[in-house]
Amino acid sequence: MAILLFAEHDNAALSDQTARTLTAARRIGGEIDILVAGKGAAAVAQAASAFQGVRKILLAEADALEHRLAEPAAALIVSLAGDYDTVIAPATTTGKNVLPRVAALLDVMQVSEIVEVVSADTFKRPIYAGNAIQTVQATDGKKVITVRTSGFEAAQAEGGSAPVETIGATADPRLSGFVENRLSESERPELASARIIVSGGRALGSEERFRQVILPVADKLGAAVGASRAAVDAGYAPNDWQVGQTGKVVAPELYVACGISGAIQHLAGMKDSKVIVAINKDEDAPIFQVADYGLVADIFDALPELERAL
Amino acid sequence: MKVLVPVKRVVDFNVKIRVKADGTGVDLSNVKMSMNPFDEIAVEEAIRLKEAGKAEEVVVVSIGPAQAQETLRTALAMGADRAILIKVEDMVEPLAVAKLLKAVADAEGPRLVVLGKQAIDDDANQTGQMLSALLGWSQATFASAVALEGDKARVTREVDGGLQVIEVALPAIVTADLRLNEPRYASLPNIMKAKKKPLEEKTPADYGVNVDARLKVLKTEEPGTRKAGVKVASVAELLDKLKNEAGVLQF
Ligand SMILES: Cc1cc2nc3c(=O)[nH]c(=O)nc-3n(C[C@H](O)[C@H](O)[C@H](O)COP(=O)(O)OP(=O)(O)OC[C@H]3O[C@@H](n4cnc5c(N)ncnc54)[C@H](O)[C@@H]3O)c2cc1C
Repeated sequence: MAILLFAEHDNAALSDQTARTLTAARRIGGEIDILVAGKGAAAVAQAASAFQGVRKILLAEADALEHRLAEPAAALIVSLAGDYDTVIAPATTTGKNVLPRVAALLDVMQVSEIVEVVSADTFKRPIYAGNAIQTVQATDGKKVITVRTSGFEAAQAEGGSAPVETIGATADPRLSGFVENRLSESERPELASARIIVSGGRALGSEERFRQVILPVADKLGAAVGASRAAVDAGYAPNDWQVGQTGKVVAPELYVACGISGAIQHLAGMKDSKVIVAINKDEDAPIFQVADYGLVADIFDALPELERAL
Repeated sequence: MKVLVPVKRVVDFNVKIRVKADGTGVDLSNVKMSMNPFDEIAVEEAIRLKEAGKAEEVVVVSIGPAQAQETLRTALAMGADRAILIKVEDMVEPLAVAKLLKAVADAEGPRLVVLGKQAIDDDANQTGQMLSALLGWSQATFASAVALEGDKARVTREVDGGLQVIEVALPAIVTADLRLNEPRYASLPNIMKAKKKPLEEKTPADYGVNVDARLKVLKTEEPGTRKAGVKVASVAELLDKLKNEAGVLQF
């Protein structure tokens, strides 16, 4: 039994999502190898080698792997898959892009976004925007799995010394090419691993007001910033802030929903937060049904007051 | 150029589903069903390509029960030209769906397949990527903009850190994210016209594809529910609770 974990990183740093996926892999059990595919990513491999209980780190570097586009990344994983029973990755946009391609090439039905490991072949995963939890047993010879990382705590990267083995990349199928990244630059914590998240909805009314009202509170709390789909669609917030069924799924210690109604698609992304606060002027807003603390108020009064009080 | 768009009939996104008490699944009797919202976006994108003179024909295909005909008629009313229904009784997993779609693509020869990025029932987010793998084509998932340029497509993708632009060689698979476009509503005359558009019925056996499930569903249960919370009267009370009761704020 061996597990290949496809690491999430940006060629410079290893993502916390990898550490969370390692926790899921340990629950499955068996020898674990971590694959770092990238370019100029030796530091990432080094960081990964500090995890305890990892057999080795495989480092594959090539131009085509720099951005882990689906076709070359999947070809690489498939070329290694013979030695493994399980291929696992966090359900990041990279993991979601690459792993189903791997699964199809291996003729395996993937198990998407597991939230719990029941046994080596049996997993729990949410369906219908998290309104039902399915327990599924994978019957294929190999298992291909993506992990909803909010369901697993991060393994500590310390004390280990797994050897780093450099491996060759497979030939680039040259089906797609990278043009550019337009990434949001931010000093704030990442949504996926933040301890506190302050989210804004359609009520904010404009990008300017989103910035004026939500960001100061978030910054005082050292929080990441989230948004509803309505706020993103309207251009008040960038797409990578969207929380929900089809955005990011988060489970911080504190989630503050401001001017968000609480549609099931939004709840799907945040209802596993430890403490939920809702601020909404409509006392019947569905968000109050999942909130530990509800404040019926106008956000344009309550949030500046909150900011001053912090 | 021909564009193929697979569409799935799913529980309407507004419905709050109920899990059956005996743990065998989700109760779908008398529940409103609709086209998967992401597939509507995919259909819209294909129709816009046709309207822009970049595609000649839009073919929609659904794998589902007899009622999936309605879903296909909706796509035809939006502006698709022709429909194929591959009739199945039970739920078919993404891998088998991808195999059926590969067979359809082999028969139809599209240059572009546009799919929704995920279906809102099983939330699997696999079919497009799997189809791309089986066809050996390029893939551009989670698209928020698609521009065709000769034998390439430039696609803007919604990724965790923001946006990523890639260029894929045609033929290609594109999966639609929420902000690719806003799907149109079909007009009444178009709904009438759609009734006369061709809709062909097939079975998995026609394509020689085995659709047996690879995942055994052992149980379906309700998610853990949250305890009802309390309303606070003021910002000051909220802060007090967060510090002294919930303990999530220090200072
Ligand atoms: C396929 C699909 C996928 C989706 N995926 C997602 C997803 O991932 N994430 C997501 O969030 N949504 C998603 N949605 C959209 C979802 O259904 C809702 O439309 C959306 O979440 C609504 O956003 P909102 O709560 O900001 O807006 P609204 O529902 O319009 O709510 C605004 C709220 O603000 C309150 N309000 C207004 N003014 C004030 C004020 N001054 N002070 C205080 N409160 C005020 C109102 O009372 C109201 O409750 C999806 C929908 C579909 C169909």
